[in-house]
Amino acid sequence: MKKAQTTRRTLMQAMLGAFASVLAGALLPLGAAQAAEKIKVGLMLPYTGTYASLGTAITNGFKQYVQEQGGKLGGYEVEYSVVDDESDPSKATENASKLVKRDNVDVLVGTVHSGVALAMAKVARDTKTLLIIPNAGADELTGPLCAPNVFRSSFSAWQPAYAMGKIVAERGHKNVVTVTWKYSFGEQSVAGFKEAFEKAGGKVAKELYLPFPNVEFQPFLTEIASLKPDAVFVFFAGGGAVKFVKDYDAAGLKKSIPLYGSGFLTDGTIDAMGGSGEGLMTTLHYADNLTNPKDQAFRKAYAIAYKQQPDVYAVQGYDAAQMLKTGVDSLKGAKFDKDAVIKAMETAKIDSPRGAFTLSKAHNPVQDIYLRKVEGRDNKLVGVAEKALADPARGCRM
Amino acid sequence: MDFVSFLIQVLNSLQYGLLLFLVASGLTLVFGIMGIINLAHGSFYMVGAYLAFALTGMTGNLMLAIALGLPLAFVFGAILEWALFSHLYKRDHLEQVLLTYGLILIFEELRSLAVGDEVHGVTIPELFSASIPLSDNLSYPVYRLVISVVCLALAGGLYWLIQKTRLGMMIRAGSHDRDMVKALGIDINLLYRTVFALGVALAALAGMLAAPISSVYPGMGSSVLIISFVIVVIGGVGSVWGALVAALVIGFADTFGKVLLPDLAGLMVYLVMALVLLWRPEGIFRKG
Repeated sequence: MKKAQTTRRTLMQAMLGAFASVLAGALLPLGAAQAAEKIKVGLMLPYTGTYASLGTAITNGFKQYVQEQGGKLGGYEVEYSVVDDESDPSKATENASKLVKRDNVDVLVGTVHSGVALAMAKVARDTKTLLIIPNAGADELTGPLCAPNVFRSSFSAWQPAYAMGKIVAERGHKNVVTVTWKYSFGEQSVAGFKEAFEKAGGKVAKELYLPFPNVEFQPFLTEIASLKPDAVFVFFAGGGAVKFVKDYDAAGLKKSIPLYGSGFLTDGTIDAMGGSGEGLMTTLHYADNLTNPKDQAFRKAYAIAYKQQPDVYAVQGYDAAQMLKTGVDSLKGAKFDKDAVIKAMETAKIDSPRGAFTLSKAHNPVQDIYLRKVEGRDNKLVGVAEKALADPARGCRM
Repeated sequence: MDFVSFLIQVLNSLQYGLLLFLVASGLTLVFGIMGIINLAHGSFYMVGAYLAFALTGMTGNLMLAIALGLPLAFVFGAILEWALFSHLYKRDHLEQVLLTYGLILIFEELRSLAVGDEVHGVTIPELFSASIPLSDNLSYPVYRLVISVVCLALAGGLYWLIQKTRLGMMIRAGSHDRDMVKALGIDINLLYRTVFALGVALAALAGMLAAPISSVYPGMGSSVLIISFVIVVIGGVGSVWGALVAALVIGFADTFGKVLLPDLAGLMVYLVMALVLLWRPEGIFRKG
């Protein structure tokens, strides 16, 4: 059923694309000589496993932008090579190398899992291939491991967490306990939160960590109850996020100790929380009811094309394509030249559905971080937590 | 840690331990007693959780979903045994590993095609949705206590079935010497089909009962697979009591590991496993 839909959709997109290119060819006969030029895009994303829905959303977003451009980017046909990275870091180097060496891609786009993205970044640096990261938030990617040919269209773990640190302090909480998985993304989120929160006069009383992907939170809930902090800050995502929020509520803690989180706590998980998530406040670079026209157009088109509402991952995929287009535009139809593309991408201003953003020196978005509140099934916008927040890119020498 | 917190942590340990026993109980039958290396155990658990999600959506009640889902899982197990596993008893362990690993991949893909990759929640039945206050700001969900009671009942029931009934005797004899049991005029094929189906049904039951507290998500099967093997091995392969004791030991090790030695929490379970196996290489309760 699902398969059939996909095929029909692909077919329709292909026909639309064909139609558009015929039209463009008719209007611009001079462009015909350039029609042979193609750019090869290697999509390396998770299409199976825990992050499969994220990989699909990113792909949808990317392809939607290409469709909006008439099936081309800056006049170039786009040819995709697709690899399922399975969110498995041990296969990452091989998968990325395959795309670069066998398929000869001009640009790598991927991925969701930070461990896989770190391996991809290494391949990209070694082979000097352009890489656009449409999700993985590990601080290192645009920190100590930054590189001229590595870009990110999403965020760094530090960004939403740092914005939340300030908010929690402003809301009068002095004493906070943090909980997350003991892996780099969790630790970086807590570090970002702590930096802003303690700068604003708060104190992190205790940092609790549990091994990834363990979800038995009961011992920690007991500890939180006995520590009695003013608030709790967490980073969890996916199934773990759902379970933490439900357990926190079932333990009766939600009534007495407010819970805050980095945005992924409530992205794609609200329905599964079944009411336990109501009222939770989180920070992220996207929200469900932004009012800018770009976002409204984007959401409408996405909903028509894919029969579902877009999420932050779709936006990041869409923006990865936008960034690439800005770069490719500078070539004016000549053969793909990585250095020229990079130069144009660095100074680009991306008109994203999340709100326009520019790129930092380390190639991470300088973007507004929104404060959102769960109402019903949406992450409703409350306000801007941090305007044009740039990741400090510690350790990046570029 | 004050005394009240300590007591609550003990309760947490017991409750987690019992939940782990529930999760591992199906594997105790299939791996412990029948001797099949069943890597797809986690997939059966996942099938159970998704059944709970789908059937609760249709019937509006988890209890009803379980009542419907259990026989479905049993039949599903019997069919799997007939089509695949029955051909493997006399073969090498490696072939069982290959088959069951293949099943993991197949079930994950089927799940993705049938229900998609989103995270889902299952509502706790109205009857058990309350919480009992334990301290001034902490309460304990009744549903977790209900699960604990179910686990204890299950442990007792399994022990009785394996050790005290004629059927249990035949099962134990069958795992010891298949041909002799056959020669005595017992339909070993039917017997094994029943036990395997029971194992699948138990794994699915664990998934169904755990669904409201763990939520339902892709890859959830792999999260219980390793810990289930750990429990069966520590407990002594084939022993129901052993599995129960092992599950409780792991429950305590995990809970207090997280509180007292947070840096080693990830290691704790395996440290305990290594120590137990050094002390008793056959597991805690292995007989002869």
